[in-house]
Amino acid sequence: MLAIEVKGLYFYYVKGEYVLEDINFEIEEGESVVIMGSNGAGKTTLIKHFNGLLKPIKGHVKVLGKDTKECTVAELSKLVGIVFQNPGHQLFAETVEKEVRFALENFGFSENEIRRRVSEILKYFALEKYKNLSPFNLSEGEKKRLAIASVLVYEPDIVVLDEPTIGQDAIQRKKIAEVLRGLIRDGKTVIAVTHDVEFAVELFQRAIILSRGRLIADGDVKDVLTDQEILKAANLLPSQITECAWLLRDLGFPNCIVSIQELEEHIIKALRG
Amino acid sequence: MKERLISIENVTFYYTGSRTPALKDVSLSVYRGDFLLVTGPSGCGKSTLCRLLNGLIPHFFSGELRGKVQVLDYDVKSTPTHVLARHVGMVFQNPENQLFLSSVEKEIVFGLENLGLPKKEIKRRLEEVIDLLELNDIRDKPPYELSGGQQQKVAIAAVVAMGPEIMVLDEPTAHLDPLSSKEVLSLVFKLNKELGVTVILVEHRLDMTINRVSKILVMNKGEIILIGEPRDVLNNKHLEELGVNTPKVVKVYNELKEKGIVLSQIPLTPEELASQVKLRRARLIHDVSNRS
Repeated sequence: MLAIEVKGLYFYYVKGEYVLEDINFEIEEGESVVIMGSNGAGKTTLIKHFNGLLKPIKGHVKVLGKDTKECTVAELSKLVGIVFQNPGHQLFAETVEKEVRFALENFGFSENEIRRRVSEILKYFALEKYKNLSPFNLSEGEKKRLAIASVLVYEPDIVVLDEPTIGQDAIQRKKIAEVLRGLIRDGKTVIAVTHDVEFAVELFQRAIILSRGRLIADGDVKDVLTDQEILKAANLLPSQITECAWLLRDLGFPNCIVSIQELEEHIIKALRG
Repeated sequence: MKERLISIENVTFYYTGSRTPALKDVSLSVYRGDFLLVTGPSGCGKSTLCRLLNGLIPHFFSGELRGKVQVLDYDVKSTPTHVLARHVGMVFQNPENQLFLSSVEKEIVFGLENLGLPKKEIKRRLEEVIDLLELNDIRDKPPYELSGGQQQKVAIAAVVAMGPEIMVLDEPTAHLDPLSSKEVLSLVFKLNKELGVTVILVEHRLDMTINRVSKILVMNKGEIILIGEPRDVLNNKHLEELGVNTPKVVKVYNELKEKGIVLSQIPLTPEELASQVKLRRARLIHDVSNRS
């Protein structure tokens, strides 16, 4: 089944000033997709359509076959968990534990099941020791992890993350990457909005690029993020690895290298003859 | 010998109500014209260090401050922030928190009026900074209509106009897309090179900055654990464990080294890595053709 179907989507906040124009794509269940583009390209506006926070002005968005215009945000949130960019906007409970329990209680899980899941996820994200603290006592990185935990705990079929790596140091970044890798391996549909090209090529299969409210590219992450013109249109820069491969074109290096390992292999070949 | 602008001696700082120090016995000297990159994991004390330099600590954020902080000729503990603000300009992560007037021009003029400068001098500085930072096209626009990158440039312009000897930037590109980040950072490098402004830049991403800074400082748990020239700091094997995002080209260098290919020096950019590979390859071909 299709996880998400977007057809002829138009949206504006101020009448006539389109933020999204004629957006079309389909995401299969189990796909991992990054949505990229410059500041103000319409990325966050687009993902707010996935759980019905915004409804199309023209066109339609379907989530697991359901038209978002015919569903409530609560119904859709059960299917699509969104982790927004700023965890401060998302966290509101008195304690870390209550934060994680909130969705489970709302969706009517049994008390036993709630306890099991909450303790498991807090352990997984190394948040157990904070369970009685207010979320606002946590560091930015911990808040981000808590926001992710409180979405993953109810196991939505589709997980959407807005800028998961912003302001994260190398350790946190690795942790978040591991979590997402696990979800992708388990066959979840994972969608992330990001500027982070390195993160995108490491984890995701497919990239959708927006520029000024229009979809300008959609394809294999390696092809899209090594295409100079697309990168430029989206205010992105190639990863250091890709840039290095481009500079070594004369030695026969292919254009679409994205991983350290590939670059290394080509360098070894070039230097060992 | 370069002139010392900042001298921090054995500084320990506790925020009110906290039992763990945000800074622990920190000592640091910064000289005129330096470009210092400060990095380290979340919560390591980077922002606290920044706040010391313009007196936000101890005058705005209260707490227990031990040790000595001297900026230019001022003892920070006994100097009011409005005096320090003339010499130390601050730029934060989110320019929206810093901009509040109805046009870019007014935004730049605001700080100058506060300094009590004569009209003529204000006009001169305004034109100078608009010219230097290429803001002419947007000078009449309200900041909230600008892109994030433009807003950050305006925030920097408003600070630069006040003519500070020192600029402190705390993750100024965190909310920007890569190309806008690069533009904002180029601007900061320009200020350092052309105006001789001493810069202290807090940044998680090393890949865009490392080839142009004079020194890197790595903090962890309130302490300075490494400080030195970029290549020397990158040589440390434990950087990743310390939460430092090592640039990919450095990782390639390290992995090649493990496989027995030792390039002449740690590359700071893709260009440096590529040129080292090209050079090595040319030598190889030369050797082979000599042999045959």
